[in-house]
Amino acid sequence: MLEPSILLPAAINGLTMGAVYALIALGLTLIYGVLHIINFAHGSLLMAALYGVFFLYKLLGVDPYAAMAVLVPAGFVAGYALQRSVIGAIKPGRDQNVLLITLGVSIVLDNLAVYFFSGDTQTIDTRYSLEMVNLGVALVSLPRLIGLGAALVFTAALWLLISSTDLGRAIRAVAKEPHGARLVGIDVDHIFAMSFGIGTACLGAAACLLLPMFYVSPHVGQVFVLIAFTVVVLGGMGSFTGALIGGLLIGVTESLGGLIFGESAGQLAIFLIFIAVLLFRPTGLFGSRLS
Amino acid sequence: MRMALVIAAACAVALPLVVTSDFWLGFCITVMLSTLMGAAWNVLGGYGGQVSFGHAAYFGAGAYTAALLGMKLGVNACVALALAGAAAGLVGLLTGYLSFRYGLRGSYFALVTLAFAEVLRILAGAVDWSGGGVGLYVPLHVGAANLQFASKAGYYYVALALGAGALLVGWAIQRSRLGAWLVAIRENEDAARALGVHTFACKLKAITISAALTGLGGAFYADYYLYIDPGIAFGPGVSVEILLAPIIGGLGTVWGPFVGAIALQGAGELGRRLLGDAPGLSLVFYGVLLVVMVKFRPDGLIGLFGRFARQRPAHA
Amino acid sequence: MKPGSQPTRRTVLKTATAGAALGTLGFPGLLRAQAASIKIGVLHPVSGIFSYSGTQSRAGALMAIEEINAAGGIKSLGGAKLEPLLADAQSKPDVGAAEVERLNEAGVAAIVGPYASAIAIATTQAAARHNLPHVVDVGTADQVVTRGLTNTFRFSPGVSTIVNFGIDSLVRINDAAGKPAKTVFIVHEESAFGTNTAKVLNEELPKQGFQVLETVKHANPTRDFSNIVLRIKAANPDLLIPANYYDEYVLLTRTLQQQRVAVKGVYSILGGGASSYKFVKEFPDAAAYVMDCNHWFDPRKAAALALKAKTEKQGLFFSYEVFLNYNAVMYLADALERAKSVEHDALNASLASSTWDKHILPYGPTKFVNGQNTGARPAITQVLDRDIKVIYPNEFSSGNVVFPVPPRKT
Repeated sequence: MLEPSILLPAAINGLTMGAVYALIALGLTLIYGVLHIINFAHGSLLMAALYGVFFLYKLLGVDPYAAMAVLVPAGFVAGYALQRSVIGAIKPGRDQNVLLITLGVSIVLDNLAVYFFSGDTQTIDTRYSLEMVNLGVALVSLPRLIGLGAALVFTAALWLLISSTDLGRAIRAVAKEPHGARLVGIDVDHIFAMSFGIGTACLGAAACLLLPMFYVSPHVGQVFVLIAFTVVVLGGMGSFTGALIGGLLIGVTESLGGLIFGESAGQLAIFLIFIAVLLFRPTGLFGSRLS
Repeated sequence: MRMALVIAAACAVALPLVVTSDFWLGFCITVMLSTLMGAAWNVLGGYGGQVSFGHAAYFGAGAYTAALLGMKLGVNACVALALAGAAAGLVGLLTGYLSFRYGLRGSYFALVTLAFAEVLRILAGAVDWSGGGVGLYVPLHVGAANLQFASKAGYYYVALALGAGALLVGWAIQRSRLGAWLVAIRENEDAARALGVHTFACKLKAITISAALTGLGGAFYADYYLYIDPGIAFGPGVSVEILLAPIIGGLGTVWGPFVGAIALQGAGELGRRLLGDAPGLSLVFYGVLLVVMVKFRPDGLIGLFGRFARQRPAHA
Repeated sequence: MKPGSQPTRRTVLKTATAGAALGTLGFPGLLRAQAASIKIGVLHPVSGIFSYSGTQSRAGALMAIEEINAAGGIKSLGGAKLEPLLADAQSKPDVGAAEVERLNEAGVAAIVGPYASAIAIATTQAAARHNLPHVVDVGTADQVVTRGLTNTFRFSPGVSTIVNFGIDSLVRINDAAGKPAKTVFIVHEESAFGTNTAKVLNEELPKQGFQVLETVKHANPTRDFSNIVLRIKAANPDLLIPANYYDEYVLLTRTLQQQRVAVKGVYSILGGGASSYKFVKEFPDAAAYVMDCNHWFDPRKAAALALKAKTEKQGLFFSYEVFLNYNAVMYLADALERAKSVEHDALNASLASSTWDKHILPYGPTKFVNGQNTGARPAITQVLDRDIKVIYPNEFSSGNVVFPVPPRKT
């Protein structure tokens, strides 16, 4: 059980799975870092994006990876609108109310999906879905390897966005000190909405990378949402590098823990890490600043 | 005011004589159960300002304790109920100790409570002795001593007692020094500490009381629905349902949890009646109503009732 | 149901005859009940985590009601039509129980549903308080019918029956092939049916000469089976026995295919996708040669095939939820016919004494003991030629078992 011939592939599996977690967590950590809200709707938005990818493939034959060209901007627009018109449009300073609104949004989205798509689990079968890459020590599925690469690319892109662009500077200002930012003329509501939009755009990308290796159903969001929270906390709320490293770490821990100690132990390990980080290092591995 | 309370109490007690429909009695039972746990949550979250996303941990602890005491040790159900509350209180004490000792507040506290609940859920699923993933089928032995009643009225009275009791606890806390300290902690913990409030001890007391009351709800659930499993007992859905009522009703008020419970259960039922035939639409209705309720009454529905919303509202 | 004048005249004549007959039997009171319809509570989790199974279940029940009504309703009650009252259990036991109360107050004669065992415990309990007849459509947990409730009936098999049948059949299939399989790897989901299945397998398989190499439990939902598949690969079993729900089944079999894992056979017990037309259609390669011990229909019965065609015409897959619910309603209708009454006691007695054999299932003779049809049993199917064939019991079989399975084409 513990020979390298199993441990190594398991670790690699963990890395590729962790990349998926990271992709989902990237948007969440940005939303938390800037708006300081725990976005309950994150899983449901992922589900909506997955259905988007699915229908583009089934109805128009669009390859999931190519669909990113559609899903990323669509996700951005949806997120911007959602924040501007629903979530953000309540009096600020009542955190629990924002939570309830995101919760309400997630209930609405999940059940609209049940109504329209009837709870059926759907998968897609592309030419490369079952392609495996032989790394010598392990057979890795191609979509998952692509996912790993994409996670690295997206993290870098977001980091660049935040650190080097004007928009990024404005976002950092708002994240750090909304009142001050308003005083220097930044349209804070617009920035909030932009940040939420970028967060959901990330989900659009994550969905494109996820569908070839997973499935979509009205409840698929719930499968990933708690893990995404764990990754955000571990990495540091607001840190992209944190989300990436956190995701990879969680993936590997879950994988190796599950292999060596049993699947329940793997799941347990994730939450024990979650608790340990919160207790002993709440700012996470990379601190909670936007970077 | 006192007169109104007496009349309300009399109505509540006489309810099963008037409401003979099992369905509506069942509705009232669910409302009282929701009130019980909402009021419990309110102690920590409303008065104390510590928002917990993991109250399922205490609900589940109570449910499993009551079920296991009855099934494995033959403990009388009423005694088991009390012990379940105590066990849940203990879990609250432990989780509170860890969280507060390490200074967790706000979102961090919320997330750690979520994690505690998940840990318990996974453990409950992994331990075969307590049913594991299969869950526990509480045996059907109808009898008042088993807290299993042939008619719904019996369950109603137990639920009423528990719910009213919890509201009473809320009222008592609101008038007490503990309540004042909690509100001080909620408004500004550091300032409170600077003024000499024993913040750690207060928060621990609040979480223990909150957990114990929630545990009673769990025990009642086990005796009423006769089946629990890790998801039903410790799932995140449970935590969410518990916190909805007090927030919607009005944080930090005595009657908020009750008002919220009625509003939410009513909204759910209305949705099922109007749209129940179409899969999912009743819940879409519920979600929309939730958003609307929060947008139009950000301080809680209790605000509609004027003077009941006085006394230590969430934001002065 | 066809509009038009001809059926109307026939109905008038029929009612008159029925009326005369009833009159001579001395039941004039029932004549007045002719025009009334018989309300049936159709309770399923059409939203929440079981929403797919819930909607399939509802579709099956509604098809049966429609057919019964088209054929003239309950003739012994003057041609009274069945009127479905739909209810959504929202995949939660407490909501299911509340809906039972609501349906009871709306005057239903019986409840059909609620698919899931956990919900069934609550709904049958709630119905029992009113002695309301409750036909459980699927709900395989043994506890559903072992609590001594006289209002609860299950026509289909429970998990113990299914697992024991599965083991017996496995032994037979293995013996018939010359005992190629000795080692077994079990993968099961964490809740009731998976855990119970694994437990019984671990007790019984060694007695039959099999060696259980490993038993792996996984959560619902599980995001990734790569590691479990790694363990399967390392253990190199002859036989893989999965017991899980559809989503996890899909991920597991796809991962097995990806990792090029070859076993002599995949023999599921209550496999989520193993005898699923949807799975076969979408993943023919992963599904090939998979065997399943599960609910199935009798492929020799024309009525079953007709139902299958009708279901597929509606754009639905012909899954077990559909035909089990169809059957449950038919069983109930037959009981109504024999009871000649919608009173709870009479209907419960009729359900309990039923020997109804016009069903479309591969069962033995119908006989109810403590609410369970002792004739109920699963069937062993195998995916052959992109279709699902029954391979055991022999009298229902429509295909010959292929075991061990041929090596996978890469």
